[in-house]
Amino acid sequence: MKLRLLLLWVPLIGYLVFLFVASIGLIREQQTVVQSRMIGKPMPAIDLPAASSTKPALSTRQMADGKPRLLNIFASWCVPCAAEAPQLTQLAQRGVRIDAVAIRDAQGDVDAFLARHGDPFQRIGLDARSTLQFYLGSSGVPETFVVDGKGIIRYQHIGYIGPQDIETILEKLREAERS
Amino acid sequence: MRRFLPLALLLAGPAFAQTALPPAPYADRQLEDPALEAKAAALMHTIRCLTCQSQSIADSNASMASDMRSEIRERIKKGEDPEHIRAWLIERYGDWISYQPTAEPILWPLWAAPLLLLGAGGALAFGRIRRRRSARP
Amino acid sequence: MIAEAGLAALWLAALLAGAQLLFAWAAVARGNEDARRLIRPIAVAQGVLTGLAMALLITLFLRSDMSVYLVAANSHSMKPFIYKFAGAWGNHEGSMLLWVAVMSVAGAAVALFERGLDQRTHFATLGAQAAISLGFYAFLLFASNPFARLNPPVPDGQGLNPLLQDPGLAFHPPTLYLGYVGLSVAFSFAVGALLTRQVNARFARAVRPWVLAAWILLTFGITAGSYWAYYELGWGGWWFWDPVENASLMPWLAATALLHSASVLAARDALRAWTVMLSVVAFAMSMIGTFLVRSGILTSVHAFAVDPTRGSFILILLGLYIGGALALFALRAHTVNEGARFDPVSREAMLVVNNLLLCVILGLVLIGTLYPLLTEMMGVRVSVGPPYFNTIIGPITLALMMVLVVGPMLRWRRDDPKALLRHVTPSAVLAVLAPSAVLILSSRAVGWLPALGLAAAAAVAVASFAPLWKRNLLRTPLFTYGMVIAHFGCAVSLAGMASESAFSSEKLAAARPGDKYEIAGMTVTLDDVLPYAGPNWTAMQATMTVRKDGRVLAVAHPQARFFSDPPTPTTESVQVTRWNGQLYLVLGDALEDGRWQLRIWWKPFVTFIWLGGGLIGLGGALALVGRVLRERRTRLSRRAVPA
Repeated sequence: MKLRLLLLWVPLIGYLVFLFVASIGLIREQQTVVQSRMIGKPMPAIDLPAASSTKPALSTRQMADGKPRLLNIFASWCVPCAAEAPQLTQLAQRGVRIDAVAIRDAQGDVDAFLARHGDPFQRIGLDARSTLQFYLGSSGVPETFVVDGKGIIRYQHIGYIGPQDIETILEKLREAERS
Repeated sequence: MRRFLPLALLLAGPAFAQTALPPAPYADRQLEDPALEAKAAALMHTIRCLTCQSQSIADSNASMASDMRSEIRERIKKGEDPEHIRAWLIERYGDWISYQPTAEPILWPLWAAPLLLLGAGGALAFGRIRRRRSARP
Repeated sequence: MIAEAGLAALWLAALLAGAQLLFAWAAVARGNEDARRLIRPIAVAQGVLTGLAMALLITLFLRSDMSVYLVAANSHSMKPFIYKFAGAWGNHEGSMLLWVAVMSVAGAAVALFERGLDQRTHFATLGAQAAISLGFYAFLLFASNPFARLNPPVPDGQGLNPLLQDPGLAFHPPTLYLGYVGLSVAFSFAVGALLTRQVNARFARAVRPWVLAAWILLTFGITAGSYWAYYELGWGGWWFWDPVENASLMPWLAATALLHSASVLAARDALRAWTVMLSVVAFAMSMIGTFLVRSGILTSVHAFAVDPTRGSFILILLGLYIGGALALFALRAHTVNEGARFDPVSREAMLVVNNLLLCVILGLVLIGTLYPLLTEMMGVRVSVGPPYFNTIIGPITLALMMVLVVGPMLRWRRDDPKALLRHVTPSAVLAVLAPSAVLILSSRAVGWLPALGLAAAAAVAVASFAPLWKRNLLRTPLFTYGMVIAHFGCAVSLAGMASESAFSSEKLAAARPGDKYEIAGMTVTLDDVLPYAGPNWTAMQATMTVRKDGRVLAVAHPQARFFSDPPTPTTESVQVTRWNGQLYLVLGDALEDGRWQLRIWWKPFVTFIWLGGGLIGLGGALALVGRVLRERRTRLSRRAVPA
């Protein structure tokens, strides 16, 4: 009989747990982006053909040359990529080396994009089938990775790089250099 | 800053515009061997589309989804094991990308749930039925 | 003017709801005579006013009144009539108004038509219904005003989502809402009965028709929704365990368990506490479903425009009402004594197991739906989808089917286990023979779950007719026929699910006009792909001819459509339905070199899934009519007998 009395309260208690979980779910912001799990792991060794007629092709092995750099994933058909071009130019002017990968693009379109928005890149690879994206755990464009001198991926910036993000990226590059 | 937010959100997220390039070779082409195609289809139905709301890559039109389909089909054609491909994807994107729950500790409660519920419910039901019998008239 | 009238009607209705609550308290706790006289008319007036408000909103949409924010945001003057009409509830505010309208009209119906309850419980029920309505009125008036004005008005609206421009839209949401909110009546009955301590067979007989009505509508609504998603989304899938789909399934599972529990309480005066608890759970699931869909805490293809502040409001209401009801249950249920006894081999016992299994499925769907939320709290993102749900819920459903085979054949209170074996043998034999024949004749490997599903479907198909065996069919009550048809519908639906899962085949092709493809003994030819225009869209339309043995079976026109307002591409797939399945045809993108992507599926017996759903609803409708007629006859005959 005692047990039955106690059992009668179980539904209410279970319900309160649900309410608690739901409240937390409401308070926390919804995570809508998928983070890459490759932070701390080495850059996959992939060779991509040249995406632009003015810049050399990208072989990821070349990125491990002792100094940290950025890898910018973009596409000529991507609007935020055009919007972040000024920030990338600024970073290049401050001495940051930037390699790029153009996703599902064609040489002509990439050339036109670079002509319009500036070209802060050293090497640009063409990833016609999102292959490097899959290897990196990247889920869209634009994204920017910080890669250290040994070729280890250190940081992922998802989305557009705004003026407010420049300092963060510079800081991550400095951290990559220290190790 | 608040006014910035909607615009910033629009630009902050990855772009989902579609490419002008044609789809990858095996994005919408079935493998010639039906047994391999069945393995690939089974796997594709359990991999989540990265740029969609909540769909498997088998059910999605998005360009990343179709590139992933092609990648998976090509790997299976080369003889790779579906579970190996799944593990490879999870290594890069996390458990989120697989609809099939793995054996990770964080997912154990999901597998324990049916047993727990059946056990608890069964005990309740059993007690109810048995009490009827032993209750005095 | 109309918008203001609608808003005024809502405010008035809200005030009446407050009055109804006060009068209910006065009538039940104080026995106040005036309150007792006035409470029913007030409930009816409340229903009329909210119904009027809904009608006025629909009028605004039909007139494309762009000075109202909701119309400007969700409609367009070029929209066909029926989609303007249905567009009134194709958005958050409009659908909340529909929810409130159904709730108060249901309350009015209880006030007008419910004769089976004792007076005090009746008043308590109306009071509970008013109490729930108040919270939703507040939500509507303060956080989701459907009649808000847009100043200055825009020349034309932003249009309706093209995916929702479909006959399914006219039918699917209102049906579901009638179901969800209909369950609020059962909830109010339960709260009322707990308050007046009248949880007994009489209560069960009174609540059963209301539960049946809500359950029938939910069944039809879910079936329609599944079929709508199947042909509209273009992927040939009919259930994805998406959070919004689960939100509609959970109340249905609870309502099914409630229905069966109420039947036991009505017939045998047993399972009192279970019946009351299930009444609370069923409506709780309706509310939780609404919360999940509108708060934005879960990602879904179906999600409404979401807003966490609205989600918080609903969560508070959830805490108040369901928490309150569960607390009331914990405090009062121990005074509800157990009721009549029964043996382990008896119909009551089988119904207990039936309810147990239904509740386990309900719990698993809830846990699976909420699990990603839980893990995200710990910083990990996971996805729970069809692989989990199908694997876990499939076997439990099979167990449920076995109960279905055995249960209706048992006698109340106590039955003989040996007689049971005799009853069950025909079904068991068919369950082994029929699927084995199918599997041997089929050329493919079939998974164990679909195979068992076919076996279970065969067994249930036979067993569902057992109650009619050796009975005078003309003197069998209508509600028994209802039960038989509903259970048979379960078998049909299960057969469709198993068959589609086991025997579907798919062909992807890059086709040029003139290309032929073989599937399931038929030949599908792509004849051409030409442009085509509709009222508010343009499309590329394919002509595909389906032939079998040289004869033309059908000519299909799947389209790749493009809507202009708002700009959206959609696929309009075509289904060629035959007696033994459907050919599902989709036109995809244009490829380079003039070829077109095609998807062709053959889905054997897939229509059985929804046919079965329809049968289940039909069986429920027969049972409802049968019960109502029986109650009326009993009441009239009691009156005829001198006291």
